[in-house]
Amino acid sequence: MADSITVSVWRGGAGGGEFQDFQVPQQPSQTILDVITWIQRHLDASLSYRFACRVGMCGSCAMMVNGIPRWTCRTHVNKVMQDRHLTVEPLRNLPVIKDLACDMSEFFEKWRQAEGHFQGSSSRDETVAAISPKSSQRQAANAAIECINCAICYASCDVVAWNRDYLGPAALNRAWSLQNDQRDHAQDERLKVVAGDAGCHQCHSQQGCSTYCPNELNPTASIAGLKRMSAHWFMNKKYRQRHG
Amino acid sequence: MKAHRKQSLYMAFLLHRLSGLGLALFLPFHFYVLGLALKGNAALDRFLHWSELPLVKFAEFGLVFLLALHFFGGLRLLALENLPWSNRQKNYAAVALAAAFFVACGYLLRAI
Repeated sequence: MADSITVSVWRGGAGGGEFQDFQVPQQPSQTILDVITWIQRHLDASLSYRFACRVGMCGSCAMMVNGIPRWTCRTHVNKVMQDRHLTVEPLRNLPVIKDLACDMSEFFEKWRQAEGHFQGSSSRDETVAAISPKSSQRQAANAAIECINCAICYASCDVVAWNRDYLGPAALNRAWSLQNDQRDHAQDERLKVVAGDAGCHQCHSQQGCSTYCPNELNPTASIAGLKRMSAHWFMNKKYRQRHG
Repeated sequence: MKAHRKQSLYMAFLLHRLSGLGLALFLPFHFYVLGLALKGNAALDRFLHWSELPLVKFAEFGLVFLLALHFFGGLRLLALENLPWSNRQKNYAAVALAAAFFVACGYLLRAI
């Protein structure tokens, strides 16, 4: 094959595995997901991987490509190929189910632990809250809101690798978005969780999450916001204790 | 180094960590030298005479560089965590490195 790419794909399961090499013909505008799909359809039907939308909306096809976490449906081969070679592995920091599919349970569980769901107190009978899109709180919420749950930030984070309890950039980014939502009424409870031992203060600001986020979100900025918010909360609490 | 770590702000983190570690390793030696002063003039003078050697002066340049790097890097982190967010973190990290080098070179020029 004149225009072929050598693709080393990680094969195995929770107990371990190894790389298997495949020769894949190069095509114009070919994405990493195209390559993996071609391998499964033409070379080895037992290859397991996960995808859904193929257009960068669903966040299910993230993998490690040449050691960097990427959304494979929007990553072009000719942008990341090195010496006509690609290495594709399952996402770092998550348990492997089989081959390139990893178990996302702990990633979503940490969203739940970080109180990552909206908790309003108004019913449908009340008037809709009037929130100016120009308010600083709404702009902070908007800046963090376009997360597609791909776990690329989670895979790029060394703190997650060092501390398995750490909530991770995506869950904390979500918490920051809700902390700035004026309609949410669980902000005190959420702040206690995200400022705890597994929360925002663990972050070392390496900014791998912001560097590799495919939607160009900035979880480090969100986490820094939570650090400031929890520091203000702590100082206000101390002040109230001393001065009634 | 793993591929996902090859980005400039990871380098800033690494330099901050390593400079802190270097300073922590130096601290016992620093306290030992201070302790020499308690033993009397002779012991301290012997050390001060030794510290005039060119190689030691150059090692001090490294020490000042580590100290300045940790100081300026720490200021960047304090600003990151306590002030409104700025997207210029790479610029600030580069300024911290340059300022540390400038301070250390200034020390070396005064020392020689």
